[in-house]
Amino acid sequence: MSVLNRKQAPQFNGVENITLIKPEHKKLANGCNVYAFNSGGQDLVRIEWIFGNLRFNADKPLLNAAVNTLLTDGTGNMTAAQIADHIDFYGAFLQVDYSYDNSQVTLYTLTKHLASTLPVIKDIITNSVFPEKELETFVRNQQQKLQVSLQKNDFVARRIFNKALNGETIYGLAAEPEDFKSLKREDLLAHFKQMYQPANSTMVIAGKVDQEALDLLSDTFENGWDNEATPADTMQPPLIPSSERFFYTEKPAALQSAIRIGTPFINRTHVDFPAMQVLNTVLGGYFGSRLMANIREDKGYTYGIGSGMTSFKQTGSFFIASEVGADVCRSAVTEIEKEVNLLKTELIAEDELSLVRNFMLGSLLGSLENVFSHADKFKNLFFAGLDYDYYERYTSTVKNITAEDLQALANKYWDFENFYKVIVGKY
Amino acid sequence: MVKFNRFTLDNGLRVIVHEDSTTPMAVLNILYDVGARDEDPEQTGFAHLFEHLMFGGSVNIPNYDAPLQRVGGENNAFTSNDITNYYITLPSANLETAFWLESDRMLSLAFSKKSLEVQRNVVIEEFKQRYLNQPYGDVWLKLRPMVYKQHPYRWATIGKTIKHIEDARIEDVKAFFKKHYNPQNAVMVVGGDVKTEDIKVLAEKWFGPIPKGEKYTRQLPQEAPQQEERRDTVTAKVPLNDVYIAFQMEGRLHESFHAVELMSDILSRGNSSRLYKSLVKDKQLFSEVHAYITESMDKGMFVMQGKPVAGVSTEQAEAALWQELENLKNEEVPADELTKVKNKTESTMVFSEMSLLDKAMNLAVYELMGDADDFNQEAAKYLAVTPAAIKQQANLLFRKDNSSTLIYLAEKEEEVVEAIS
Repeated sequence: MSVLNRKQAPQFNGVENITLIKPEHKKLANGCNVYAFNSGGQDLVRIEWIFGNLRFNADKPLLNAAVNTLLTDGTGNMTAAQIADHIDFYGAFLQVDYSYDNSQVTLYTLTKHLASTLPVIKDIITNSVFPEKELETFVRNQQQKLQVSLQKNDFVARRIFNKALNGETIYGLAAEPEDFKSLKREDLLAHFKQMYQPANSTMVIAGKVDQEALDLLSDTFENGWDNEATPADTMQPPLIPSSERFFYTEKPAALQSAIRIGTPFINRTHVDFPAMQVLNTVLGGYFGSRLMANIREDKGYTYGIGSGMTSFKQTGSFFIASEVGADVCRSAVTEIEKEVNLLKTELIAEDELSLVRNFMLGSLLGSLENVFSHADKFKNLFFAGLDYDYYERYTSTVKNITAEDLQALANKYWDFENFYKVIVGKY
Repeated sequence: MVKFNRFTLDNGLRVIVHEDSTTPMAVLNILYDVGARDEDPEQTGFAHLFEHLMFGGSVNIPNYDAPLQRVGGENNAFTSNDITNYYITLPSANLETAFWLESDRMLSLAFSKKSLEVQRNVVIEEFKQRYLNQPYGDVWLKLRPMVYKQHPYRWATIGKTIKHIEDARIEDVKAFFKKHYNPQNAVMVVGGDVKTEDIKVLAEKWFGPIPKGEKYTRQLPQEAPQQEERRDTVTAKVPLNDVYIAFQMEGRLHESFHAVELMSDILSRGNSSRLYKSLVKDKQLFSEVHAYITESMDKGMFVMQGKPVAGVSTEQAEAALWQELENLKNEEVPADELTKVKNKTESTMVFSEMSLLDKAMNLAVYELMGDADDFNQEAAKYLAVTPAAIKQQANLLFRKDNSSTLIYLAEKEEEVVEAIS
């Protein structure tokens, strides 16, 4: 028997086959698109109803978010309490979520309770009434929550950053507690009617759904849900980035400073996006990244630092974020600049690049854990107007891009001098 | 139902295998039977600091993370008051890399001084980020010592004070490793696209040669039953008042546990819960209000917490929370309401089977508590809870002389002005 050599890493294999499950598509007579992923060992299902947000109105900035949050607070047939009782009784979960481009309603339920829970969703989407009393409660509680969030440096830094990049738009909104007072019930009702119509809706179903369940879904949402005379206007006004590049909010008692540095950026639809994801991973996209290795693991300035890319319908961003000891904030910014510039001046060593390639492919494989994850991948594509070729291009880029390509991209896209820099705390 | 196979190596390492061929991935989860409760009162935060040091290189492998990332894997870990848990997710074809890495750090660490120095700083920044530089971040540092007077649950996993982290020495690190990090004190779960026979071979190969070490026998001072009402008030720069009422409850393994957990669900789970419907919506006394339990192995905490809306005093808020508890003491929960929280628990358990990592962690924890198969018996235990059992627990727990009330007051602007002038 051979002696165990613990210094030698075992042989390993590259990730070769990544198979994505594709949905079945159906368009209901009223124009609602339905995408279904029927798979999974458990008798449960997740259904999402996704609606494009309406054009941002700076005078009524909170309408999209407020309408979404208040969807569970009463319909013509049910009070907020009755909705909650009904959903909870069947062990189901009902969620509403607002994001920059879309608002959604999500139902998680055991498949056996689908027939009992669907009528509630139908009622919410077609018949929400936004009771005055619920609106008052919402306004008061949201104001209190916002007051607490405004005490968190990272929250404040994110707001300032988004506003700097996007101005007074849906992407840049930084609401103040008093903005909630401008919410009026009649505005909510009008917004709801205009936005939550079938032609502005996408249904994504994932889980164990047989033909019977699919028929039930179609029947429920095809009948008694009609479009308005005017389609939903989901175009957004142009972004207005700030000409100011440096934003410092001093908090004299801060023990740590929040740092957020970055720039408006290409989004998923751009041909360079997958390659920039590789570059981003090297810089700050995983635990072994250069930012983590230098600023956490070598200097001990922070508990965590990372970089990332966001992708929205009308914009994208690249950013670096951390919370660092207040006394080392300036040093941390200097090190961040050094790491960004190093990728412009020196080639990434093949050893590091191959590690990042394997990490990213393993990470993609691992992110396909269950049928929900496959549906999530589909949404990334669908709402960016892409098809499944994207993931082929992505894996091919990750496998084949060269250090020279990446250096050229760093020089093409990154200009630290010109990045927006936000500090909240001490500097 | 989560199926598994189980075997034990000669050195005492317990191994559980959960085969799940629906995924191309594998998980290797190692739970060490050590948490903040096992710390010296003068060296708190050590179990968690040690967890960081587990990533600072082992005896034969200078860098833990890079070789794993190179084969497409990811890892993380967490420390609680009871346990320390490490996990790896990677393509199953590369599972042996996980065995290589985990077995080497169970064998011995590199004990690098540089790693200790850096991780001390990282943990100090974590202390600041999560506990000191956040509104209400220090609540648990204040509440724990009110509820516990003898038991080491009186400090949080991050530790009592930054000073304890600063003082950690390399000799302490070595001693802690020797005491707690050996095969007898660990449970390993391997799950995903794997076969039990292969795992037996890999486990023998990589973990079999590790010396069994000394068995750590836990002898902690148990918390005496509370006999008097405890109260404290603190003032800090936060925007809103916050009220906490904590009660001592039995530990995770006690027969009353499932009834008490469902009681917290009745109070606070979802928008149909009592606290939300009554105190947020109907009476509009709170902007947010919660009830939850700590799920501790030893005596735990049942916590009521809420932020009153502007104009509602903390006295009114406290009285309203107590009224809800009195209702549970005086009247049995209606059958429908109990069925509701049972249904929610049932569906939560089905949904948790969607995640391989969750399954692996659960198997490890239940094996530590006595038998991994108990995980599959949990649903039946929740279903068996009766309205009478809940009423009985409410009467046992919700007594003034079993309560610790912490009033967290927002510093008033005027007071600040006064102090300056």
